[in-house]
Amino acid sequence: MLTYVVHRLLLMIPTLLLMSLLTFVIINLPPGNYLETLIGELRASGETADLQKVEFLRKQYGLDQPVLVQYWRWLTGLFRGDLGYSFEYDRPVSAIIGERLALTFVVSAGAILFTWVVAFPIGVYSATHKYSWADHGLTFLGFLGLATPNFLLALIVMFVFFTWFGVSAGGLFSLGMESAPWGWAKVVDLLQHLLIPVVVIGTSGTATMIRRLRANLLDELKKPYVVTARAKGLPPGRLLLKYPLRIALNPFISDIGNLLPEVISGSVIVSIVLSLPTTGPMLLRALRTQDMYLAGSFLMLLAVLSVLGVLLSDLALAALDPRIRQGGGRTR
Amino acid sequence: MPRPAVISPLADEGGLTPAQQRFYAASQWQLIWWRFRKHRLAMVSLWFLLAGYATIPFVEFLSPYNLRMLHPDFVYFPPQPVHVFHEGRFVGPFVYGHTMTINMENLKREYGEDRSRRYRVRLLVRGEPYWVWGLWRSDLHLFGVEEGGTLFLLGTDRLGRDMLSRLISAARVSLTVGLVGITVSFVLALILGGLSGYYGGKIDIAIQRLIEVIRSFPELPLWMALSAAIPPRVDPILVYMGITIILGLIEWTGLARSVRGKLLAVREEDFALAAALMGGSPAYVIRRHLLPAFTSHLIVSATLSIPRMILGETALSFLGLGLRPPITSWGVLLSEAQNMNAVALYPWLMFPVAMVVLTVLAFNFMGDGLRDAADPYA
Repeated sequence: MLTYVVHRLLLMIPTLLLMSLLTFVIINLPPGNYLETLIGELRASGETADLQKVEFLRKQYGLDQPVLVQYWRWLTGLFRGDLGYSFEYDRPVSAIIGERLALTFVVSAGAILFTWVVAFPIGVYSATHKYSWADHGLTFLGFLGLATPNFLLALIVMFVFFTWFGVSAGGLFSLGMESAPWGWAKVVDLLQHLLIPVVVIGTSGTATMIRRLRANLLDELKKPYVVTARAKGLPPGRLLLKYPLRIALNPFISDIGNLLPEVISGSVIVSIVLSLPTTGPMLLRALRTQDMYLAGSFLMLLAVLSVLGVLLSDLALAALDPRIRQGGGRTR
Repeated sequence: MPRPAVISPLADEGGLTPAQQRFYAASQWQLIWWRFRKHRLAMVSLWFLLAGYATIPFVEFLSPYNLRMLHPDFVYFPPQPVHVFHEGRFVGPFVYGHTMTINMENLKREYGEDRSRRYRVRLLVRGEPYWVWGLWRSDLHLFGVEEGGTLFLLGTDRLGRDMLSRLISAARVSLTVGLVGITVSFVLALILGGLSGYYGGKIDIAIQRLIEVIRSFPELPLWMALSAAIPPRVDPILVYMGITIILGLIEWTGLARSVRGKLLAVREEDFALAAALMGGSPAYVIRRHLLPAFTSHLIVSATLSIPRMILGETALSFLGLGLRPPITSWGVLLSEAQNMNAVALYPWLMFPVAMVVLTVLAFNFMGDGLRDAADPYA
């Protein structure tokens, strides 16, 4: 097990390095940068005090140096916890994004939890009641959930809430709670508001998971050992729980790797529609205003979040499945 | 790919019925088509999509109004029903005239039906003029209404533009985005997946690592960042090209993986070795002998990734990072539905949602049908 963990951790290093390179290239793609625009504006209005500060920032982040030097400074900064400087908010990036990332994590984790809680009973029911009316109905619902992109679903939910109940479905906190200090009341408030975004983001993943679980369980139920157990008179519930279900459960863990990037993607756009105080709206704004370090940090940290998710799911899978930890490789 | 022994129709012609003979003599593609035809939902989806793509060359003719024609007197006009009976008598399709009052409390325009005036709905009427393929002018529309009446079947938007006409012309952009994007990613997937699967070794490891990195990036933020890099003052056509290329650049990884997987399987077959021994270059062997063995699977994967691209474009345009007017796609139309106050008052702004969902569903059903049919020897 230890060799597997070490192997897996070492494998992450080149992945993360490549990701940082990709992120850096992307945030440097737009022609010009925020500071140049700012300097132009400041010069035009004749302010010199701010100009000095801008010059300092330019030196600090090596924006007058070749791109490779800039990348090196940014990369080494990441290790020191210095994510760069947000030119627009005029503060270090790490000071701004902490809470937003945490809320993104909460929403994403909630969506995955929702996926599990909903997909599990439905998948099992669909498999054990194959081709029944309920199975057909649930399959159709699943298809619909798969085909409705989450931001359109968010739009529809907003619309329904607005016209029928006259309230907004958006936000993660009640009015006035947003700036309140963290406490029990605020957590409860957050949980109440979490339901809609979690359902909206989790729907398509749930649909996929139901189909996967159903297919896996159906494969398992056909096998001879199930027939034998049934012939020997094992009660159906016990029969289902003892082996087939445990084997069919693998995707619940191994699929986090596929699910997580999707959930994070979904949370970005859904949070823009539902105006949640997570990464989405701020990322969009940062991209629009070319606030490059802010945008880059979001991209990088969202990527790290999903890589860590994959790592966790791989480790959990290795703990559960001896074939994987002894093979030393990933089987998926 | 395991294949059952195919009985040669020539060896034992006497023992076969004509139907069986037809079956054994059929090519792989014929078998796929026969099997696909049985999948009813997939067939319906296929026709739906074919109809959608068939509208592309005739957008201006099919839509009752021009895409950008403003009707300032009909701002946020609600969808108009077409009637057939007037006071219990059959008179053929027509629409009523309308009245407009302004509600002085919320300053909302309120439209009502004026039953004293009737306007016939006709086929092939002269209406607003347009250019046909940029070559000659015409003013013929498939259907329209008599002089003096209006025909806004799906209502109008904030500038009084006909929603139905806008939906039809947006379909042109939204539907082709997927096709252009899939071409880009198909080419990338064939080249990189092919290299990876055929050579193996270090090249394989490098390409697989790249794929892994791209795949573990959340897709949408990556798309957003790349499309934000397109300069704002660029020709809309270039923006369109840029967006489709961006979609293709990120989506190719799944396809490349299946190309590699299939290549790894078939390159061990004897016929591949024989072709290489006879002096075929790798490109030739891949193209001539290996690719045909799994083309059907590739088509399935491609069909299933087209809707993802359509959704990607819709999302980007919705956020204002993708296509921008005057190019109109469903996403661009939807970006006007972001304002909940407007949507609550004028729910017909949400029609593009239905179009997107229907299209994506159709692609998914068709892909499912194709997947079942792709391996006719199984």
